[in-house]
Formats: sequence, structure tokens, C-alpha cells
Amino acid sequence: MYKIESKNVDFFYGPSQALKNINIAIKPNTVTALIGPSGCGKSTYLRLFNRMNDLIDNTRISGQVLIDNEDIYAKGINVDSLRKKVGMVFQKPNPFPKTIFENVAYGLRVNGISDKKFIEERVETSIKQVALWEEVKDKLKKPAFELSGGQQQRLCIARALAIQPSIILMDEPTSALDPISTAKIEALIYELKSKYTIVIVTHNMQQAGRVSDTTAFFYMGELIEHGNTKTIFTNPKIERTQNYITGRFG
Amino acid sequence: MKLPDEHKLAKRKMRGQAIAFWIFRILSYAIIAILFSILSFIIYKGASSISWGFITKMPEEGMTKGGIYPAIIGTLCLVAGSMIFAFPVGVLAAIYMNEYVKDGIIKKIIKQMTNNLAGIPSIVFGLFGMSLFVNKLGFGDSILAGSLTLGLLALPVVIRTTEEVLKAVDNTFRHASLGLGASKWETTSKVVLPIAFPNIITGLILSIGRVSGETAPILFTVAAYFLPKLPTSVFDQAMALPYHLYVLSTSGTNIEESRPVAYGTALVLIIIVLIANLLANGLRKYFGRKVKMN
Repeated sequence: MYKIESKNVDFFYGPSQALKNINIAIKPNTVTALIGPSGCGKSTYLRLFNRMNDLIDNTRISGQVLIDNEDIYAKGINVDSLRKKVGMVFQKPNPFPKTIFENVAYGLRVNGISDKKFIEERVETSIKQVALWEEVKDKLKKPAFELSGGQQQRLCIARALAIQPSIILMDEPTSALDPISTAKIEALIYELKSKYTIVIVTHNMQQAGRVSDTTAFFYMGELIEHGNTKTIFTNPKIERTQNYITGRFG
Repeated sequence: MKLPDEHKLAKRKMRGQAIAFWIFRILSYAIIAILFSILSFIIYKGASSISWGFITKMPEEGMTKGGIYPAIIGTLCLVAGSMIFAFPVGVLAAIYMNEYVKDGIIKKIIKQMTNNLAGIPSIVFGLFGMSLFVNKLGFGDSILAGSLTLGLLALPVVIRTTEEVLKAVDNTFRHASLGLGASKWETTSKVVLPIAFPNIITGLILSIGRVSGETAPILFTVAAYFLPKLPTSVFDQAMALPYHLYVLSTSGTNIEESRPVAYGTALVLIIIVLIANLLANGLRKYFGRKVKMN
């Protein structure tokens, strides 16, 4: 049984087609890396899973995207509850202009939870999950902007975890971070895998190799190859994949 | 091809740069100089007539003596009244335009209309205010009619600045909030507005500056030529500083003798705008801090 499946997915920005007939199936509790040159459609594809592309005017999708066997583009789907199930982490750390505590509590509050004790527990658990608790436990009432970039990004992951999603989407989560913060996030991704299904867009081949179980290579809106990361990196079936991974183009 | 002598080339480049920068520098200083000469001229001419009595007394002897108290109060009422109308309407319209309307023909039309509204001469606002608020709605020459007319004038300024401010809020904040299952309204009110609020205040500053100095819109809607008493309700007529200044300089009983009062009035008007700006700036800083601590 798959956690996420896309069947014959086409996606259009106005008249231009950004994704062409994408078929991928993702197993639960795995990390899937989406790689490919800029503009290949990998970020667009990622944003299909929590319907973030809905926010862009004049876009159109055809085909099916299934999460837990349910078509998330079917009529009558509640986008808010879909997004509760599918957390997202962005390229640049983007904590809200609120305290550290309120940043993590935000998702709970907008989902109608007001029990103080429960919120405090969820906040603490989520911050502990991203290994940030020791660093921030004495300054939960301080603005999140006062944290370093790496800490902010971990806080953003905690913010996503607080509402207990089952899928986490990451759009180049370390591209704005230094190597040490990057290593921490990568270790975290590895940890989180036991509880969540993770899809990560990355430009960093080594990162894809280090954190992912399967890798999907996109090129000009097409899925060129999807398979076991080790196989993709050592013995890809298609030459273009090999050329990209070894840095001969892209 | 012979390449130009490097030393000479460098020299030529430096000279060109120096000339350009000097022109920019002189022009920038010229702006400051113009501002200062206006200010010092008004202060020089008007300072002598400023006294405690001048700002707290009623005008006397055909407006050549006494104070301008009712005009100050009138202007403050009009500024407050127009902002009470224009600020919420303008901010809400801008939120609607930036956060809700999809790109397309409707958005274009609203935008173009806002720009057109900004381009209408203020005297036309005055005429419109007279026919709608004073006559049709029966408010008469009143603070209410004048405030609404001034509010209409300020509306495009508020809408445009608020829209720019909202546009400057990074989209990833919206996406992060929506991504957590927040609705569009929760995202707007809990994330976007707190970030944007300090700068929305700037829109308020700009429109206060604009509104307090306008003469034409109040000409037919509220302004009294001479009314030595304070308004008691929004349906009263009132004096106002810019109109008072106009009256003193063109149609007073004795223009020459009331000259010092006119300059004094101008100085008071400028000081009021200045105080409003400082106040709004203070508010902006205060809210800026609060947003971070929230």
C-alpha cells in the first residue's frame, strides 16, 4: 500500500505545461528525493501534494494524486484538512513574527485547539523532536527572529510537526543554511522517517544520496527515472540521469 | 586596434563619475534647501504672531487680531473625521484587492478606478461632496460632509500605500500559514496584517498630511468664513486652517493688517502636520516592536 500516488499527472501554468504524465508511487515512512535542473518541475510537483499550487492563478491539473488512497483533487475535498495532514517546510526559514512558542502553537490554534495544557505539551514535544528544546527552552517567549538561521529552520519543522501530519514536504530546506546546520537538518530527516513520509526537493546530489531511500529525476517536466536511491546513483537505467548526477549537465 | 592608454582611460572614467555624482549631490541638496527656505520664510514671517493667545483665542476685529482657535479645532476635527472614514475603508479595500481578488479583469478595473480617483482634482471632490453630502443626503455645510469629502480624497492614498505594503510581505509567510491548515482570513489577520501593520501606518501619515492642507474639498462642504465659536456636533459648520489662510490672504476685511495672522496660521498648519507625522512615526515604531514580541 502506498502513501502517495500520482497517476498520469499533467500540470499547466496558463498555456505552458509544467508536468507531463507523472506517475510515481511513494511508500510510507520513506524519504523521496526529487532532483533535476532548475525549472524541471520538481518544486511544482512537490506543491501538488498539499495543493499549494491552487494559490497560483490560472493553473490546471489533470490526472490523479492519491494520498492514503484518496484523490486529493476530487470534488468535496477539504483543502484545510488536507494541509493539516501534509506539512511543509520552505527554502528560506520563515518563522512568523511571533514568539518561539507561538510559532509552534500557531497550527494548533488555527485548527481550533485551545486547551492550554495540550498546546504546551505539543509545543514541547515538537521542539524536542527537532532537537531544539535544550537551545530554546528558556526563551520560548522571545521572538523567533532572534534565533540563528539553522535554529529557525528547525523551528519551522517543529511548527509543521505540531499538528501531527503524516507527510512532510521539504522544498530545498537547507539551501539557505551553513554546512553544520545542514548536517543537523539531514540527521533530523533521517530521524523523522520512522514516523513520517518525507518528500524533499534538493539541488544537492550528495544530500539526495545521504537522506533519501528513493530518488526521482525530473527533466523538462518529465519524470525521467524513479527508483532506489542507491541504484539511481550507481547504476541508473537512463543515460541522462547519469549525466545529471555526475555533473555533466544541469 | 590600438587600445586606449590605461592611465588616461581610468582618468576619464573617474572624471565622468565625479561629474555625475556632483550633479546628483547638488540636486539632493537643492531639495533640502527648498524645504528649508520655505520653512524659514514661514517661521520668519509667522513666528512673531504666534503666542498662547493666538492658538487659544477666537478671531477678533475682522480677523486682524485675536487667535485662530476655532480653525485649529476645525482642522483637527476634519482630519480625524476623514481618517475614521478613509482608513478602515481603504485598508479593507486594499486587503481585498491584494489577498482575495484573482489576477484578471476585475482586479484591473478596481486598480484603474483607484488610480483615476487619485487623479481627480480636489475641487471636483469639493463639488461632488457638496452635491452628494451637503444637498442630496442633507448633511448641510457640516463637519460630517467635509470629513466624508476629504475622506474620499484620502482613500486612494490609503489604498495604494496599503496595497504596496501587503505586496511587500513575503509570500512564504502566507504559504506557511495556509500550509498549516489556516484559512485565508486567519492567514491575513494573524500573519500578514501584523507584519504589514507598522508600514500601513505610513499610509495614514501620508494621508493626514494630504488631508490637513486641502482647501478645495472643504470650500463648499464645511468651511465657514468667520465663525467665532466651536462646533458642538458633526452637523455644525467649522473654520479650518487652510481655508482661513485663503480667506485672510484674499478676502479679509483688511488684507494688509491680517498678513501676520495669515503667516501665523500657515506656521500652525505646518506644525500640526509635523506633529501628526511624528505621532504616526512613534506609533509605527511602537507597533513594530510589539509585532516582534507578540
